[in-house]
Amino acid sequence: MFDLLQSSIIQRALIAALLVGLTAPAVGTFIVQRRLSLLGDGIGHIALTGVALGFLTNTEPVLTAIVVAALGAVAIELVRARGRTGGDVALALLFYGGIAGGVLLIGLSAGGSNATLMSYLFGSISSVTPQDLWVIGGLTVAVLTVVLVFGRELFVLCQDEEVARASGLPVRFLSMLIAVTAALTVVVAMRVVGLLLVSALMVVPVAASQQLTRGFRATLGIAMIFGVVATVGGLGYTMYVDVAPGAAIVLLALAGFAVALGLGTFIRRSRNRESTR
Amino acid sequence: MSFALRGSGGRETPEPPIGVLRTAQAGQDPAGRETVFAMTGGRVELEGRSVLRGIDLSVSAGEVVAVLGANGSGKSTLVRALLGLIPLTGGGTELYGRQPARFREWWRIGYVPQRLSVGGGVPSTIREVVASGRIARQRRLRPTSAADRDAVARALATVGLADRAGDSVHELSGGQQQRVLIARALAGEPDTFVMDEPTAGVDAESQRLLAGTLTTLVAAGSTVLLVAHELGPLESLVRRAVVLRDGVVVHDGAPPPAVGAHALPGHDHVHPHAAAAGEGPLPCEVYPSTGGQA
Repeated sequence: MFDLLQSSIIQRALIAALLVGLTAPAVGTFIVQRRLSLLGDGIGHIALTGVALGFLTNTEPVLTAIVVAALGAVAIELVRARGRTGGDVALALLFYGGIAGGVLLIGLSAGGSNATLMSYLFGSISSVTPQDLWVIGGLTVAVLTVVLVFGRELFVLCQDEEVARASGLPVRFLSMLIAVTAALTVVVAMRVVGLLLVSALMVVPVAASQQLTRGFRATLGIAMIFGVVATVGGLGYTMYVDVAPGAAIVLLALAGFAVALGLGTFIRRSRNRESTR
Repeated sequence: MSFALRGSGGRETPEPPIGVLRTAQAGQDPAGRETVFAMTGGRVELEGRSVLRGIDLSVSAGEVVAVLGANGSGKSTLVRALLGLIPLTGGGTELYGRQPARFREWWRIGYVPQRLSVGGGVPSTIREVVASGRIARQRRLRPTSAADRDAVARALATVGLADRAGDSVHELSGGQQQRVLIARALAGEPDTFVMDEPTAGVDAESQRLLAGTLTTLVAAGSTVLLVAHELGPLESLVRRAVVLRDGVVVHDGAPPPAVGAHALPGHDHVHPHAAAAGEGPLPCEVYPSTGGQA
C-alpha cells in the first residue's frame, strides 16, 4: 500500500508514533497513581469541541484543541478538588458537553462535517504534516520536562494529597500542572490514536507495566517502553494490513497487557508467597 | 538520625515570629518553650455538620500529647485542622506561630496519616515511599543528596524494613504499611510528629516498634501529637491527653488512667476521671481495635 513517494509520510508517522508512545504512558503513570484513569477520556471529549472550534474559526485545530483541552482539564480539576459530592456527575456533564459541542460547532463551520471529526476521533496518523510534527515534538518536550522537573513532587501529590500539603508542596499548582499536562498529552496523541482512544494509551501501558514491577519508577519506565512498542508496532502493522492505526495500536497495547498479566502472575507465584494480600 | 543528636534539654528556641499576637511572649509557652500548635476557638464544619466546636489547644515543643475520643468525636479532624489540611469555619490556628497558609517551614512537621492511601493505583517500593518523606527538604531540580539517602536508610532501619526496601508497599500487612508511613515521616527529620491513629489495626510487634521509636524521638526532644483510640504500649510515653467528645475538649491533662483499660477485654467503659472533668461520663460506646475515620 505504500511506495517511495510516501516514505516521508511514513517517517513522520513513525516519529509521531514514537513520541506519543513515550509521552502518553509517562503522564498516564501519574494519572493512574492518582486514580484518575478516566481523566484522559474526559479531556479527549472536551478536546473535540476545541477541534471543531478550530474549523469554525479557521484556526489550526490542534491549537484550539490545546486551549480548549487545557481549559477543560482545569475545569475537571476544579470540580474534583471541590469534593466528591456531585463531582462524578459534573464530570459526566463536561464529557457530554464536549462531544455535543464538537458536533454542533463542526456543523456550523463552513467546510467541516462529521466526517472531518472522524479523523480526530479515530486518528489519522498518515496525514501528519511536518508542521504537525513540530507541534507534537514541542508538546512532547514540554510534557517530559514537566515529568522530569516535577516528578518527585507529583509522586507525593498523586500518592496522598494531604501529605503533599503537609509537606508544604504547592498542591493546587501541581494539581493544575498534572491536569494541563494530561491535556497536552491528549492533544499530542490525538493525531495518532484519535481522541476516543487517547486514554487507552495513557492507561493500558501502565496497567501492563505494573504487572511486572514493584516500584513507581520502574512502572514509569517500562510503561514508556510498552507505549513505544505499541504505537510503533501498531503503526507498522497497518503498513501491511489496511486497518485504522489507532485501533491496531490500542489492541496491541491490550495484547501486551494480557501477556504482562500472565507473566506477572507467574513471577509473583515463583517469588515466595509471603505477601498477606 | 539527626533527632538522635539533639540533647533533650538543648533545643534552641528561635526568635519569636514578628507580628504574632499572644498574651505571653510571642510563640512561647510560660516555660519558654516554642509553641508548636495553637488553636483558639477552632470550629470546623464538614458537609454542614459541626465537627469541632470551639477548640482551644496549645502544644509546646517537646510535649507528647495524645488526642483521645470515640469514633466521630473529631480527633482526626482536629489534627488535620491543626495542620491546616481542613479549613476552620471559626477561630484560628497557628503552626509555629504562623497561620498554616503562611507557614513555610514544613520540614519541621512529619505527618503520618491514617493508613493507607499509600501506593495509589501504581505500585511503589518501600524505599520510594520513605524517600518521598524528604520532599520538604529537597529543592526542585536538585538531585537526591547523600544526606537524603542517609536519612532514608536510617528511617528504614529504625522501623525494621531495611531488608525489604525494594518490595512493593502493596505487598505489606497493615502494620508494616503503618511502619512505612512512620519511616516516611522519620526520613524528613522533622521536629514535630503528627500521627493519626498510628496504632489502629497494627500488629503487636509493630506497636512495640512504634513505642520504641517514639521513646527515642521523645528523648531527643521531638514533639509528638498523636490520635488514638487506645494508648496500649504508648501509655508510658504520653504525658498529656486531650479527650474529645462531640467536637469539644472534655479533658486536657494527665492521661486518664482508664484509657489503658480499653485494651483489656470486658472493660465497662466507665471513666472515673470524667466526673472530675465536670462533663459527665465519657462517650466510650465503641473502641474497636481497628477503627475507621474519626
